[in-house]
Parts: sequence; structure tokens; C-alpha cells
Amino acid sequence: MTEGRVRVLMAKAGLDGHDRGVKVVARALRDAGFEVIYTGLHQTPEQVVNAAVQEDVDAIGLSLLSGAHMTLFPRILSLLAEQDATDIRVFGGGTIPDDDVQSLKALGVAEIFTPGASTVDIVEWVRTHVGESAVSGR
Amino acid sequence: MDNSGIDGRVATLTERLLRGDRRAAGRLISTIEDDSASVEQIMRAVYPHTGQAYVVGLTGPPGAGKSTVVDELIRVLRESELRVGVVAVDPNSPFTGGAILGDRIRMMRHAADPGVFIRSMGARGHLGGLAVAAFNTALLLDAMGMDIILVESVGVGQSELEITGAADTTVVVIPPGMGDGVQAIKAGIMEIADVFVVNKADHPQAERTVADIRELLRMDPSPPDWLPPIVRTVATQNQGVDELWRVVQRHRQYLEQSGELRRRRKRRVEREIVGIAEVRLRAQVLNPKLATTEFETMIDQAAERKIDPYQVVERVVPRSSDAGR
Ligand SMILES: Nc1nc2c(ncn2[C@@H]2O[C@H](COP(=O)(O)OP(=O)(O)OP(=O)(O)O)[C@@H](O)[C@H]2O)c(=O)[nH]1
Ligand SMILES: [Mg+2]
Repeated sequence: MTEGRVRVLMAKAGLDGHDRGVKVVARALRDAGFEVIYTGLHQTPEQVVNAAVQEDVDAIGLSLLSGAHMTLFPRILSLLAEQDATDIRVFGGGTIPDDDVQSLKALGVAEIFTPGASTVDIVEWVRTHVGESAVSGR
Repeated sequence: MDNSGIDGRVATLTERLLRGDRRAAGRLISTIEDDSASVEQIMRAVYPHTGQAYVVGLTGPPGAGKSTVVDELIRVLRESELRVGVVAVDPNSPFTGGAILGDRIRMMRHAADPGVFIRSMGARGHLGGLAVAAFNTALLLDAMGMDIILVESVGVGQSELEITGAADTTVVVIPPGMGDGVQAIKAGIMEIADVFVVNKADHPQAERTVADIRELLRMDPSPPDWLPPIVRTVATQNQGVDELWRVVQRHRQYLEQSGELRRRRKRRVEREIVGIAEVRLRAQVLNPKLATTEFETMIDQAAERKIDPYQVVERVVPRSSDAGR
């Protein structure tokens, strides 16, 4: 029941046109009781962060394949800071090299799921790292 | 700030909201969705600053193109430099209370526009009902300075009728090729539709649907002094939505000049008050009694035909001296 109050924005950044993966995760989160705001393909960091603020989500899940992760994630984090919204967790998925995963985490990205991760893993991570803190933070 | 804790947090957020702060608006909408106790505090601060915005409801069957029409309307309104709030209500929550809210997808080109604020709302856990939550959200957007508020809601079921019933102008979006579908949803829509949109007018069945709606309007025994216009749109190709906005403005003028706008808004406030009172009555008077073992026992007895349901009610909520009044 508490998860019913947790909102997650799911977006697909970058130029490639596939959103199957992000949709699968969105459905899994829905089935786990989360409210998912899906914003579709080709999202810019500005669009993502503004939508996240308006929707007052607890987390942003960003899927990307384009290789621009080292610019997109930091941009999202700094826009969140500008909007007084650093409590919104940012997680992501994509083919991202280990070294970059470490750098992104050091910058403040909460978690990165590489292609081996299952939707079960992702749902479980959201439940423990977003769900509980979001509820207690209210 | 001499306030502390929750009250202080809400007070600060409310001040920020009234200055147009979007982060505060987002947070406060969640607060009114989640927490019945703070709603009173928020409303006391915010309500005097509302009543400025004009609220347009859009409803219609799934996939009719409502969100695409809303996206186009935002464009039209922004060209006139009007600030636009959107409440996109999706009452479907299949199970587990979870939901995927996707209306925003069609409106993402406006996401970073500071003159636009879009909020999606699912069905779960609104104490006072989804319609009240949507209505309160519209009030907050009004208080933060939005000129026009668009409320999208799918379907024409009872709760959706209530949602759009809170609008000043209600637009019913119908896709072509509904056939008997138009007939089927007529009961609900005839009373609420101020304007009809036949969207997807690029579809060959569109003219047929326009004719069907016109026929239904003709069958209405008491022609009202506002006959709902039918606007054709192709929202995906920027067609007809400028005309739709002109028609909505004409309706607004009609409402204002006839005094109907004031009557409508008064009725809306009355419904809101009665709704809030009902929720409180139920919570304070009824729910505690329904949660007792005595009540359980009485249900058993009624099921076994030892007492009848009216006797149970008499014991739970005795007919009081009020009854004669
Ligand atoms: N051909 C055509 N397709 C349209 C038109 N308007 C919308 N669509 C398409 O219809 C589909 C549904 O559009 P939406 O705007 O999401 O419809 P909706 O009524 O908001 O849908 P729900 O909110 O899910 O009930 C999308 O694929 C749109 O691109 C139109 O005028 N012509
Ligand atoms: Mg929609």
C-alpha cells in the first residue's frame, strides 16, 4: 500500500528509437504497485527534470543506449540541484562501461543497471531505495 | 519562520506556490493527494487566491485523442501568452494500486516551458474521491497563477463525469466510427457536453459521427439556449484546435453574459462542500461503528434472517430527533 504513493518518472533519452526496455520496466513497476509517469522517447534533460518537478516524483529512471551518458546524467543532476530537487533519486539503465558507472555514482546517480540486470532486480532496488525513503521523507 | 514541523513545511510551500514556484506546486499537489490533515491548512492559505483561472474539462473514450488535443490547445494558448495548467487524470488502475500514466507523452514539447504546468493523477487512495483530488489540484494551479486549466479524463463513467463536472466548459472528444457507441454514451454526455470535438477528422467515418452527434442533439427535447457546437479536429496535424479554442471562448462569453458561469461555479462549490462533509461524516460517525465486532455479529444475524438490515442500521445509526426536522 505504501508503494501506491511512490511515483517514478521513466524516460528514454537519446536518439535511438527503441523503448521496449523502458516500457517493460515501467510495467513491472506498475505491477509492483508504483505509479509510473511515462514520458516517452527522445527526452532531453530539461524535459525530464521539468516533468519530474511538476509530477513530484520520488525517482527518475532514465534509459539510454546512445553513449551520451556522461553528459546526460550530470546535466540531469545539475538541473535537479537548480530546481531544489536533489532529493529526487536518479537511476538509469544502458550499456555503460564499469568505469563510467563508478564516476556517475560518485556524481550522485543512485544506481545504474547494465543490460544483465533483470526487471526483478530493478523493482527490488526501487522498492528498497526509493519506496521506503520516499514514504518516510513525507 | 516561527512555524515548525509539518505546519511550517506546508506554510513555506504555500508561500512559494503563491509566488509561482513550480517545485512547491508539485510538492503541495502530492500533499493534498496523500494527506487529508494538511489539506485544510493549504486550502485556507490558497483558496482566497483562486477563482481567477478558467477551467476546461476534456473527456471522451480511451484513445479518442484527448491528450493530443490538449497538447495542441497548449500551443494555441501559449501563442496568446496565456499560462496553462493541465491535470491529466487516469482513473484506470488495473490491480496492485500501481499505474502507468502516459498522457504526458503527447505533451512533452511543453515540458520545459515555464508557462505550462502538467500534472498526471492516478486513481489510488484519494480519501475524498478522485474528483475532489482533481478539483483541488486545479485550485492549486489556479493559485499559482495559471490562466487556463485543462482537465483531461478518460471515459464517461460516473467518476469522470464528476471530474469534468467541475469544469467551466466541458469538451467531449469523440473519435470517428463509434457507430452505436455514440448512442451508448449519450446518457452521460448529453448533460455535460458544452462542446463536441470529433477528432481524427482525417478518418473517413468522421462525417458520419458528426451527423450522429447532431442527430442526438436534435432529439434532446428541450433545446437549451446553448446548443453544443461540433468541432472537427485533426490534432496530430494541427487542424481545428484553433477553432476549438474560439468555440470555447464563445461558450465562456455565453456563460458570463447569461450569469450561468456564476451559477455553475456556485453549484460546484456546493457539491464540493457536500462531498467533503460526507467524507467527514462517514469517517467520524459511520466508520468507527462499522469496525466493531458488534457490527460483524449483526451482519451474521441479518444474513441468517434473524434481524433485517433496517434493524441493523437503526442500531448503528439510530433515527434521532433530527429525523423530524
Ligand atoms: N489519425 C489521427 N490520429 C490521431 C489524431 N489525434 C490523435 N491521434 C492518435 O490517436 C492515438 C491516441 O491519442 P491520445 O491523444 O493519446 O488519446 P487519448 O484520448 O488521450 O487516450 P487515453 O488518454 O489513453 O484515453 C495516438 O496514437 C495519436 O497519435 C488525429 O486527429 N488523427
Ligand atoms: Mg490521454
